[in-house]
Amino acid sequence: MIVLIARRFFLASITLFIISLLVFIGIEALPGDAATAYLGQSATKESLKALREEFGLNTPAPQRYLNWLGGFLRGDLGQSMARRKPVSEVIGNQFRNTVVLALAASLVGIPLAIVLGVITGLTRDKWPDILLSLLAILGMTLPGFVTATVLVYFFSIRVEWFPAIAMIPSDAPVSEILPNIILPIITLTFVMVAHILRLVRTNMIDVLTSDYVQMARLKGIPMVRVIFLHALPNAMLPTINVVALTIAWLLGGVAIIETVFNYPGIGKLMINAIGDQDLGLVQGIAMILAGIYVGVNLIADLLTLFLNPRLRTTRG
Amino acid sequence: MTVNTQSTEQKVVLKRRSPLLETWENLRRSWSGMLGLSLIFLQVLIALFSPYIVPHDPQEMDSKDRNAPPSAEHWMGTDKLGRDMFSRSLVGGRVALVVTVFGIALAMTWGGLTGILLGFLGGWVDEVAMRIVDALLAIPWLLVLLIIVSTFGTDPWIQTLTFGFTYGYTAIRVARAATLDYVTHEFVLAARARGERKITIVLRELLPNVLDVLMVDGAMNWSWMLLGFSSLSFLGFGVPPPTPDWGFMIAKNREILATQPWAVFGPALMLSILIVGINLFADALAKAMGLDRSQGAPV
Repeated sequence: MIVLIARRFFLASITLFIISLLVFIGIEALPGDAATAYLGQSATKESLKALREEFGLNTPAPQRYLNWLGGFLRGDLGQSMARRKPVSEVIGNQFRNTVVLALAASLVGIPLAIVLGVITGLTRDKWPDILLSLLAILGMTLPGFVTATVLVYFFSIRVEWFPAIAMIPSDAPVSEILPNIILPIITLTFVMVAHILRLVRTNMIDVLTSDYVQMARLKGIPMVRVIFLHALPNAMLPTINVVALTIAWLLGGVAIIETVFNYPGIGKLMINAIGDQDLGLVQGIAMILAGIYVGVNLIADLLTLFLNPRLRTTRG
Repeated sequence: MTVNTQSTEQKVVLKRRSPLLETWENLRRSWSGMLGLSLIFLQVLIALFSPYIVPHDPQEMDSKDRNAPPSAEHWMGTDKLGRDMFSRSLVGGRVALVVTVFGIALAMTWGGLTGILLGFLGGWVDEVAMRIVDALLAIPWLLVLLIIVSTFGTDPWIQTLTFGFTYGYTAIRVARAATLDYVTHEFVLAARARGERKITIVLRELLPNVLDVLMVDGAMNWSWMLLGFSSLSFLGFGVPPPTPDWGFMIAKNREILATQPWAVFGPALMLSILIVGINLFADALAKAMGLDRSQGAPV
């Protein structure tokens, strides 16, 4: 067991290391460097030289990579050139804001998805299943900005229930943020529920037709008990990984939703950083988001390991 | 069908229907699949013929008729510059369709072949390559797309290459996993024993067996790619204006959402029809081929 866990951790850190290499090489491979990108048209020989010296761009690439990686391990995310600040300072509250949004959507979305998934699984091919599955297809496929726009039209313009954009400073307290982000939460929840629901449904159907559930029912155990004690735990197990992927996606892919609602989160910051050609900031955000993706997947793997005794003995 | 006599039974066995035909037969019986296919077909027809049938020139700015509500003249009203929104909504998917169709073909070809090769080779090459693929998948897709496009420009050709490349690595995973089911089979061993070249085994023995998985994944991947394309366009990193494109139109016309909802709903509806159509089709295709597709996760 310890070996298995250690192995997962080892693999995750290898992946992180490769990510750091890829991100660095990717940014490095772009034509020009951070200084030319930042100065753009206004670049002169002198200003380029000064900027390169200030941010240590004259050292060879491998050296810079090691410096960057070393700084990262010590918690220094690098320098934002356009903003003349350390990346960690620029990111500041924006990361927290994204977590607030993602967490709120998860807290609503995950339980809702499980409940609806069970309902669709139980009413297979009857109207609740057909209706919810249809909605799930819409949730999975409609681009976030389309869903968001439709919601804004109906709930901010036709009836003025919720604000269309989040007019809050990035350091607002959570209690002030939440009433402002009802619509982004609904948008994200819609997408999330769609993905998880479909998987829970399939697993429920699989489990309900399995021998042990049939057996339990033949023994005369009440249906409710069969569902909650026999079927659901087994149907949930394969769902953990999708929930993890969904959370990772929420943290990384919410950029568009944040932009639509003008919400000061890390996704919107990422898009702005690319617009400003702020390569240092882009590099830092890329690492943070990729790190979360790897971390969440690691947690999901370990959870599955703990919950499924059969996996413990096999080679992970 | 019931076959009574010996001779006809043999004939039936000999004339085994091609798997593709069988899939089509299954697909035809699925109402959602046929609906999806019709929606895709409708969009392709519109993309092909809309420039000849639209009531107005989508670029023409009618200075007298700016921000007009829907009327007999302009079915979906006009935008801020007085351009007919109905016409623009119809032609707005042309670039998206061309880029994603070529992009998906490219992605599935290079990703699929790489995946099969990795699954077949195994060993440290496979191990190293899969770690890199894992790492690539961990980096947010939007970030990768934005960096490439903001550096190399938004020319449709560059976009096709960008999408073809970045959506290929999910195909690597899928193709590799499917290949692993087959590499231990006798026919692969036999081919190895015959001394076939690796490339021959990949193309002649393995590819036909994983083609169904790749086709289903390709259909699904197509809808993700379309999502990616319109997201870039929405953020202003798409086809340069004035070429009408759904994503960018939605972004621009959001400003007039309160007074001109159809200027947004028109392109949004068209985009949604295509993307929902592709998904219904992908779902039905998976079922028709006997594959379960619900494992799909948002990547």
